[in-house]
Formats: sequence, C-alpha cells, structure tokens
Amino acid sequence: MAATAQTLTPSTERAPDPVIDIKGLQTHYGSRQILHDIDLAIEAREIMVIMGGSGSGKSTLLRHLVGLETPTAGQISLLGVDIARASAMEILPVRRKIGVAFQGGALFSSMTVLENIMLPLYEHTKLDRKTMEIMARLKLEVVGLAGFDNLMPSELSGGMMKRAAVARAIVMDPDLLFFDEPSAGLDPVVSSALDDLILLLRDAMNMSIVVVTHELESAFKIADRITILDRGHLLFVGTPEAVRRSDNERIQNLLSRRAEENDVDAETYLKRLTGED
Amino acid sequence: MAQASEQAFGRRLIQGVEEIGFGGALFGESIYWLLFGRVRQQPVRLQAILAQAVQIGLQALPIATLLSATIGIMLALQSLYTLGLFGAQSFATIGIALSVVREFAPLIIGILIAGRTGSALAARFSTMLINQEVDALRVIGIAPVRYLVAPALVAMIVVVPCLTMWANIVALAAAGLVVTATLDISMLAYFTDLMAALSTNDLWHGLAKSALFAALVAIVSSLNGALAEGGADGVGRMTTRAVVQSIAAIVLADMIFAYAATLS
Repeated sequence: MAATAQTLTPSTERAPDPVIDIKGLQTHYGSRQILHDIDLAIEAREIMVIMGGSGSGKSTLLRHLVGLETPTAGQISLLGVDIARASAMEILPVRRKIGVAFQGGALFSSMTVLENIMLPLYEHTKLDRKTMEIMARLKLEVVGLAGFDNLMPSELSGGMMKRAAVARAIVMDPDLLFFDEPSAGLDPVVSSALDDLILLLRDAMNMSIVVVTHELESAFKIADRITILDRGHLLFVGTPEAVRRSDNERIQNLLSRRAEENDVDAETYLKRLTGED
Repeated sequence: MAQASEQAFGRRLIQGVEEIGFGGALFGESIYWLLFGRVRQQPVRLQAILAQAVQIGLQALPIATLLSATIGIMLALQSLYTLGLFGAQSFATIGIALSVVREFAPLIIGILIAGRTGSALAARFSTMLINQEVDALRVIGIAPVRYLVAPALVAMIVVVPCLTMWANIVALAAAGLVVTATLDISMLAYFTDLMAALSTNDLWHGLAKSALFAALVAIVSSLNGALAEGGADGVGRMTTRAVVQSIAAIVLADMIFAYAATLS
C-alpha cells in the first residue's frame, strides 16, 4: 500500500482560506471504490495540477469538483459552499463563479463559436446582445481566436477548439477554472501555447486553476503544486520540485513513464494473468 | 439454461420499468421547468420553442402533405371498392371522414414525427451526451432538461396537432378527388356530406390523440438520447431504438385511447 500523502509531504497542510477544500472524499461505482478518503485544499491564485496514471481517479475527482458527480461520503467545499450536500439552487451561484474547459472542448455543435461563448452570459445575465458580443469577442482575443467568431465548432482545429472552450469557461470572469487534459491530442507547440495561456489567466485574471493532466512537461511548467493520485488514493501533494525529489517508487514510475504492472518478472506476470497471484 | 433466460427476462423487465420511470421523471421535470423556470431564473425560452416548432412543423409540411394526400386517395379507393361490394358506395364519405379525422391523420403524423423528429432528438441528445456537451450545460448552470427537453416537448405538443389538422384537410381533399370522380358528385356535395358526418367531438378525438402522440415521441426520444453510451455506435443504436419505441408507444396509446374514447 502506498504511503499516505501526509507522510510523503508536509505541504498538504491546509491553507487558511482555501478556495477548494476537500475532506474525506469517497466515491463508489456500485461496489467498487474509486476514490479513497481524499483530503486536499487548494489556495487562491494557485495552479494545482492533478496527475496520475490511467484509472487513478483523477478525472473522477475533477467531475466531483465541478459538481457533475456526488460523492458517497465526504465534503467538497467550493468557494465556501459544500457542493456535495448543497441543493441545486445553492450550487447555482457557485456555478457562475467557476469555468470548465473539457478535454474535447464540448462546444455546442449547433452554435457558432461566438454563440458558444455568449451562452453563459445569455443564461446568467441581463446584458443586451451587443454587450454580450463585445464581452465574448474580448475573451476570444484573450485566447488568441479573434476573428473566428462566426465559425462553427466543426470548422476549428483541435487546439482552436480547446481555446474556444477556454474562452467560454472564462467569459463570466470566474474565480476558479478547471481544465481536463488540456494538452491531450495536441502537438507540442500548440500544447506549450495552451500552457502559456493557463499561466496568463492565473497572472492576469487572478484565477485559481485546477488542471488534470498526464503530460509531465506541461505539469511541471504550469504547476504551483502537484497532486498525484494512485488507484483512488492521494499519494502526494507538493511542489514540482518536491515531486522530482521524491523517492517514492510509484512517483518515480510515473515520472519515468514506467508501467508498474509490467515491471515484474515473467513468472509473476503469468500468475497474475491466470489469477493465481 | 431456463434459469439464465428467466434472469435475463427479469433484468430486462427491471430495466424497462426503470426506463418508464425515467421517462416519467423527464416529463415531470419538463413540466416543472415550464411552471417554475422563471422563478428559478432558468426560464424555458420562447425562442428555443419557436426554433423547435419550425423544425418539427414547417420543415415537415411537404412530406406531411404528400403522405396525407396519398393516405386520403388510398382510403377513398379502398372504401369505394369495399362498400361497392355491398352497393353502398354512397356511404364512403362517412367512412372516409371518420377514419381520417379520428384515426389516420393523427396516426400517420405521429409515425412521421417519430421517424423524423424523434430520431433527430435522440441523435442530438445522445451526441451531446457523448461529446460532453450535456456536462458543459450542467457546469454552466443550465439544467439540461430545461434547455433541451422542455422546449422540444412544448413545441411538439403545439405543432403536431396543427400538422394533424393540416393532414385532415389534405387527406379529405385528396379523397374528395377520387370520391367525386367515382360517384359523379360535386366537390361541394362531398364537403357537405363530410360536414354532416363529422362532429366537433371527432375532431377533438383526433387532435387530442395527436397531442398525446407528440408528448410520447418527445419523451421516448429524449429518454433514449439520455441513455446513450459509447461513440457513434451508441448514437446509432439509441436513435433506432427511439424510433422503434416511439412508434410502438404510439400504436399502443392509440389502441388504449380508442378503447377509452369509444367503448368506455
């Protein structure tokens, strides 16, 4: 069993006033436990990168943080509201203060880029259309997509789609921004540009940012702190430097991209396959 | 072997009951948003309803007209032939009028809507679900049922009876062409016979039935769209399922409605 996050790093100490405060988070899908007693606090203006191998529970954790899943047990305090227990009416004001950029962009295919970005404004404000258009175009400018407002999502490249999704996520000037695998499927140049955009958003717009990724280079470039999940357990929370210095075997496997499952001799592997292990 | 098939049957039965419950919940939630959406700062927008209405109604008008005219002509030919065997061709108008208004127009429009709009709804919702667009709606703070299902439901309940009314007119007029030519009577005499044969109750019977069919297609299609899994394969599977289940629901509801309205 992996050592607990507390023993690995002292930096899990709670911030005085975290924007996200997770306590004892547990999730089950049927009889299978996906997340085990997660405790994590994320500070204001911090970029927290959540990493882990496939099936580590990082995407599930993100879905809990943005209120798309309800945990079996525990507390998820987002900007002071426990979204695990709050009613839909109580969560609504929180939703207006968060933005989410999904892995594939999740732009509405029946709308133009501009209409996609205007949608949160249209739903949550009483601004006139002209003002909404100006605000949406400003955000397109921020993400480097000025002039692409009238294109349909199907006419955008993968990188442009992700940038448009970021523009929609920040159109309400949220306090908290979540990214799900921002670099996935992008070439290194576009991926690096997206990392720069994430840093810009934190510095220029004072946002707290949570990024779920498995791209090491990207994680070390943007993270103030890194959280590492392993099979639903919180394995490590600390600065990128502390991650690099860690002598934990699982962390080193992750950093060297070695699959732990394959790091066994042939006989053990065969036993595992045949269920004798 | 027998135990395995019993278990499979039991699982499917439970799944079926769950889906009916989910359909009921979708309908209930749609009504909730229609009634209380404004209070909850999430109104069901008229613009969204109108957009759906144009798609369901106006764009379906050419094919609805063609099908209704064909049904009217076919019904007139069959009625004249069948009644002709008994020397009762002069009663054909009554049979055609009641059949079209009470049964054929609502049924043919219901099936057309199931195939055309039901499949489009299921494909749209399932694609949105798979592409995380539904998740995106939720994190923006938009209730998916309020945004996607309620406008479609309202548009269909309003537009499908209108299409049915149009189908009544077209089918009866097309049937009139055959009847007047065969019986050598004027169009005016044919329409006078129609008016005498039909009551307001017959008209409401057909229109109420078409509103019920519309609600069924909207809910069954939305339900199937919301249950989609996987990629393009899942979209295709749920779209087909939505059309088949919608048509089955229409035929079943038609039988129950006919029984309740005529025999009880």
